[in-house]
Amino acid sequence: MQKFEKLTGLVAPLDRANVDTDAIIPKQYLKSIKRTGFGPSLFDAWRYLDPGEPGIDHSKRRINPAFILNQARYRGAQILLARDNFGCGSSREHAPWALMDYGFRVIVAPSYADIFYNNSFKNGLLPIVLKADAVDRLFKETEATAGYSLTIDLAAQTVTTASGAEFKFDIDGFRKHCLLNGLDDIELTLQHVAEIRAYEQRRRQQAPWLFADKAGA
Amino acid sequence: MAAKTLYDKLWDAHVVRQNDDDTCLLYIDRHLVHEVTSPQAFEGLKLAHRKVWRVDANLATADHNVPTTQRARGISDPVSRLQIETLDQNCHEHHITEFGMNDPRQGIVHVIGPEQGATLPGMTVVCGDSHTSTHGAFGTLAFGIGTSEVEHVLATQCLIQKKSKNMCVRVEGQIPLGVTAKDMVLAIIGKIGTAGGNGHAIEFAGSAIEQLSIEGRMTVCNMAIEAGARVGMIAADDKTVEYFRGRPYAPKGDNWDAAVQAWRDLKTDSGATFDKEVVLNAADIKPQVTWGTSPEMVVAIDGNVPDPEKENDSTKRTGMQQALKYMGLKSGTPIRDIRLDKIFIGSCTNSRIEDLRAAASVVKGKKVASTISLALVVPGSGLVKTQAEKEGLDQIFKAAGFEWREPGCSMCLAMNADRLEPGERCASTSNRNFEGRQGAGGRTHLVSPAMAAAAAIAGHFVDVRELN
Repeated sequence: MQKFEKLTGLVAPLDRANVDTDAIIPKQYLKSIKRTGFGPSLFDAWRYLDPGEPGIDHSKRRINPAFILNQARYRGAQILLARDNFGCGSSREHAPWALMDYGFRVIVAPSYADIFYNNSFKNGLLPIVLKADAVDRLFKETEATAGYSLTIDLAAQTVTTASGAEFKFDIDGFRKHCLLNGLDDIELTLQHVAEIRAYEQRRRQQAPWLFADKAGA
Repeated sequence: MAAKTLYDKLWDAHVVRQNDDDTCLLYIDRHLVHEVTSPQAFEGLKLAHRKVWRVDANLATADHNVPTTQRARGISDPVSRLQIETLDQNCHEHHITEFGMNDPRQGIVHVIGPEQGATLPGMTVVCGDSHTSTHGAFGTLAFGIGTSEVEHVLATQCLIQKKSKNMCVRVEGQIPLGVTAKDMVLAIIGKIGTAGGNGHAIEFAGSAIEQLSIEGRMTVCNMAIEAGARVGMIAADDKTVEYFRGRPYAPKGDNWDAAVQAWRDLKTDSGATFDKEVVLNAADIKPQVTWGTSPEMVVAIDGNVPDPEKENDSTKRTGMQQALKYMGLKSGTPIRDIRLDKIFIGSCTNSRIEDLRAAASVVKGKKVASTISLALVVPGSGLVKTQAEKEGLDQIFKAAGFEWREPGCSMCLAMNADRLEPGERCASTSNRNFEGRQGAGGRTHLVSPAMAAAAAIAGHFVDVRELN
């Protein structure tokens, strides 16, 4: 997994609550068997005026000028500012893949849907929770200031504005550790093979029906 | 010993290891696999030279991306075909049991798991699909995961998890005639909101929940995720035990007796406390219809499309305005006056035999309105389809002008050819009314199977309580 330590990046605002994973990456792109290449289809139905299908040349599509991310001032944004319950809906990890592939490394919002929040960490995408009034202030400043950027320091758990205002954020110790070091969860779990085996053995005695190996057993 | 909630009990029974922080290594008893969220996970295993930890804990099927017509001809879309073939190949390579596209037991992963007895009370069940909460209906800890976690379960049979908070949604009293499990869960989401359960595991309880059949309970737990909760669950009882008796993967002989005894404890202890509690009165619940682009945007059939100007919260007001614009609706319009173009009866929420019976009883002897361009019935599994045909339900639907299709997710998410065209309006028994969910520009109204059937006949929404 890609490490995350510190980043200063351009901010793009997406002023909508309950942005769902169907909006982040529509279903037709989920036919892919790869993890990459979803960036051009991020927010597909909002970003383009014509319908999108997998395999088409996205550079030839009709851009929706009204969609915020299409404004020149937000080109190259690495930090997405969002509203409550971002990433609600399906469990598709294609959502964080698409956000990352587009270039986002951080999301700042008052709250996230649980599965999306979890999926983000597995891919080196940092979802930061700030209080609603802090997010409100960042929205106002982003919209008022061209080239508005923020500095994210994961070790210090801070979001800092260019003018020096600082917001602290909370994060689980385990997730922070994994992200700072780019650790692979599976490798960590496989350090506990003996404990998994012991659990299985104990469980097999307590509840043997959970280990029936096929239908009719 | 301290009184525990059902969630506490299921959690504690599956902790392999408590880590130094507040996460646990949690053991997973059953992993359901489908074609959309698994290929990258299998690829990850291969790249790291890892094997599947416990092959028999996995069960796979193709559901999201399969055609619902003319299966003998295969899949014409090469991208879809590659995805299905990749699942077949991965299952073959790792010796995982798969109900492939032409297996009579194939179907929606959340329908076939319980149908086979492959998901059982007391288990932890995961799947790369958010509607895995469905399996909570039998006192099971079940939740949706992303592809990285699919790979993690394949490789270790465990997940690193942080425990959620306990929430109880109690529905008390007699369920009124014409009101279904779907109406109950939509009313719950309408009350607590689409983020109302974020960070929580919801236990649905109360006398009205107890009155529901096991299939009805699955409908309720299915949509816990639409209330923001990864986990929805209901205590096991006699109905639960009877539901699983004799199913192919259910325990047999002494194992069955021991299992049933263990299942008796799958309930919240008296005196256990919840972090959050919500109570609804069943008598207040009417047939529900969503009007917007989030499942929380829901009203009763006798209501009107709401007015955003009356909403004080500015973010919510904007959301309502955007929803009305997308849905092509005006505030104040009576729900009954909304005319439909298509009808979809299916999905992991409402495609089981009881759902089809409920819809067929409304349709019997009538015709689909001439203004409806397509009315689809998509059974949840091959076995549901066979059972429905045995009961003659297919004949009732076909005589009325419905199309009777092969099992799969179909127009719930429109990954296959079944979809809405831009601007088309659909009464759907599925679970999400998000923008573009059933096809780019499509407009979805979520309802129960009986309400969808009634709308098909009338061409607009009607109150099923007034039929006969």
